[in-house]
Amino acid sequence: MPRNKVSFISLLPLGCLFALSILLGFYLWQLGSGQKSLEELPSALIDKPVPTFNLPPIVGEGVGLSEKDLGGRVSLVNVWASWCLPCRVEHKVLMKIADTGVPIFGINYKDTPEAAARFLKNLGNPFRAVGADRTGQTAIDWGVYGYPETFVVNKSGRIKYRHVGPLTEDDLNNQILPLIRRLQ
Amino acid sequence: MIAEAGHFALILGLVIAFVQGTFPLFGASRNNYGLMALATSSAHAQFFAVSLSFLCLMYSFLISDFSVVNVALNSHTLKPLIYKITGVWGSHEGSMLLWVTILALFGIAVAIFGNNLPDTLKARVLAIQGLIGSAFIGFILLTSNPFNRLDPAPAQGNGLNPILQDPGLAFHPPFLYLGYVGFSVAFAFAVAALIEGRVDPPWARWVRPWTLAAWCSLTIGIALGSWWAYYELGWGGWWFWDPVENASFIPWLLGTALLHSAIVVEKRDALQSWTIFLAILTFSSALLGTFLVRSGILTSVHAFATDPERGIFILLLFVLITGGSLFLYAMRGPVLKGGGLFSPISREGALVLNNLLLTTSAAVVLLGTLYPLLLDAVGGGKVSVGPPFFNATFVPLMVPVLLCCTIAGMMTWKRADLHGVLQRLRVVALTAVIVTLVVTWLQGTKEILPAMALGVAAWLIIGSTVQIAERIGLFKISLMGSLKRASGMPRAAWGMAIAHGALGIFVIGVTASSAWKIEMIQLMKPGEIILVDDYKITFLGTANIKGPNYSGIQGQFEVNVGGDVITMLKPEKRRYQAERSETTEAAILTTLKGDLYGVLGEESGTGAWSTRFYFNPLVSWIWAGALLMAIGGLISLTDRRLRVGAPKLASKPISHAAK
Repeated sequence: MPRNKVSFISLLPLGCLFALSILLGFYLWQLGSGQKSLEELPSALIDKPVPTFNLPPIVGEGVGLSEKDLGGRVSLVNVWASWCLPCRVEHKVLMKIADTGVPIFGINYKDTPEAAARFLKNLGNPFRAVGADRTGQTAIDWGVYGYPETFVVNKSGRIKYRHVGPLTEDDLNNQILPLIRRLQ
Repeated sequence: MIAEAGHFALILGLVIAFVQGTFPLFGASRNNYGLMALATSSAHAQFFAVSLSFLCLMYSFLISDFSVVNVALNSHTLKPLIYKITGVWGSHEGSMLLWVTILALFGIAVAIFGNNLPDTLKARVLAIQGLIGSAFIGFILLTSNPFNRLDPAPAQGNGLNPILQDPGLAFHPPFLYLGYVGFSVAFAFAVAALIEGRVDPPWARWVRPWTLAAWCSLTIGIALGSWWAYYELGWGGWWFWDPVENASFIPWLLGTALLHSAIVVEKRDALQSWTIFLAILTFSSALLGTFLVRSGILTSVHAFATDPERGIFILLLFVLITGGSLFLYAMRGPVLKGGGLFSPISREGALVLNNLLLTTSAAVVLLGTLYPLLLDAVGGGKVSVGPPFFNATFVPLMVPVLLCCTIAGMMTWKRADLHGVLQRLRVVALTAVIVTLVVTWLQGTKEILPAMALGVAAWLIIGSTVQIAERIGLFKISLMGSLKRASGMPRAAWGMAIAHGALGIFVIGVTASSAWKIEMIQLMKPGEIILVDDYKITFLGTANIKGPNYSGIQGQFEVNVGGDVITMLKPEKRRYQAERSETTEAAILTTLKGDLYGVLGEESGTGAWSTRFYFNPLVSWIWAGALLMAIGGLISLTDRRLRVGAPKLASKPISHAAK
């Protein structure tokens, strides 16, 4: 059998594999030991004031959104996009919340103005105001990683609760509404 | 009793797989024919043991034996028979058992059809398969035993997730696994070749049919999944760049690259090292997909159980299998040197470009899928990568792939005359430009991209047609002569033309359904009428319905075109009692020009119902294209040179170059 010198290039895939596996394993260990969770907000943001931001409106839809709009009363902030399927699923729940009079503000994530406007026109608009986060920077500041996400902000403008994924009727009745009543 | 028999058969399968994975390997290195022959017989035995185990689980589902935990958690006496059967792979445990059963099926297929393989190669290939089999059977027995008992047995089961009670999704996993696991054969061949230190054209000729078969199954599996998402999720979308979808798409992209590079090894004795590497990567990506989906590390619309212990186990298997093969590759890869030289402008050159683009796009999809996860692992915070990323990166990579398809098909091996090829493609290019211009004109200049995409589709379809027409001398020689040539044309050439043309059909479906979709969402009271495209839709009212294991409400909509009632659309909302969940069943009228798609929403409390209607132009072309691609693959699979027992043609290679 001929023996060739092992070149660096041919070891490269092996190195990539090990780096990837170690990271994945590490992550899995963090999930398993409860240090990280797929559902929870990193505790850093809970009880902190909402991050500073100032977003323009979706073209032709209102005035936009900034952190000054939040606070003064208990409100919800929902991060959504028209391309996000679970956002459509939770939409009717948002409409219900809007009917209760609790203000909901929307952050429209990486969307085109036309699609976002069409979404609101077709499905109904539960939001007091919507800011268009075209670059996704604001969503990152909020620590958003999955869509949709919903935050409960108290009167003094601090984040009290974060919900990842679509809100269901159950979430609404058992978590969100009781929490809002308590904060009010 | 039957469950215990299944459990025992699986343990037996593990022992046999281990024997299959060790002794023949040893025998091949010592030239011991007795030990090598053990590979074939143990591949048979392993298949019988594992499939017996699978049948035992299926039997437990059929008789609703709720003393078996897996059956109690995933079945119900009222469930229709078909979903009792498909419920076998509706859970994690059952689907892993399906995985190893299919692996054993491929093992016995190689044992039966591989009679013309050299003894050492056959022994080594089967041994690698045996090792993979023992690893995964061990995984099932240690962490996910489907035969665990429950005492006392409940009187009734929990039922199967209603969303899985659907013909499209019922057969999605078997096809997907036929694809995933099928790539293990190419992988086993690659590792065996590394051990032997030899890759030659006959090797490629043995690998190709297995890769093709796996690729066809995977194509059908992904298409079924996307079709299901289309009609079941109720939003008219068909691909969401969901991590679980991506996990199946990455092996497909790599498998497609492998299919093409194996041709170069076979025809031109070049690209050996790269092809081996791709075979390893393709199966590894299938393993990585299994890990991502089964460990629960991804959050996705597909909800799977999270269990870090299982995750660690599969990760370990992934590292062992991929790491072991990549290590072997690093040691032995440089030995594999091909003889075939070629200039950059040649069919080989075009296939290299195809490979680079396909593997890059696979890497991009992988990056988009894993990036949020890896960043979070190193404490970089949580981010999300949505469809905007994939649309911005994947689509531009695919455009040159599609454009090259047609050009490559017309090139000759070794050195091609690009100028001549482009000249022969004049008509095709002209048609593509005309299509683009006409569509732009019809649409107004607002949106240029859909028009260009349709131009690309025309380029692919007309290009494939011209390719065949040239080869059979259509209109150049007599019609009879053309027909004779057509029947004599290698099936692989037919397969290529059909698959490339199918890609064009797919592009048309994707473009039309996304660019010219009509969406109407409104509240309707009985008697109200809406207009969608040419359809006049009257809401007649709702009725209560009752199925075997669900009850629900059905909306009744009369569809009128030009004054004639053409059909009734009856979308449903179903409530499954046992599972306590609801599903929406869209009603779809499929016609040649598009789908009329209706969904019944909620009652508003005032007698009005929210309803959604879509018109999705040419959307069924998406799946027609995917199916036709798979058919192209199957036709290529029947090519003479790949057929079992075909005389060895290695001494006199058949000329397939497009002349």
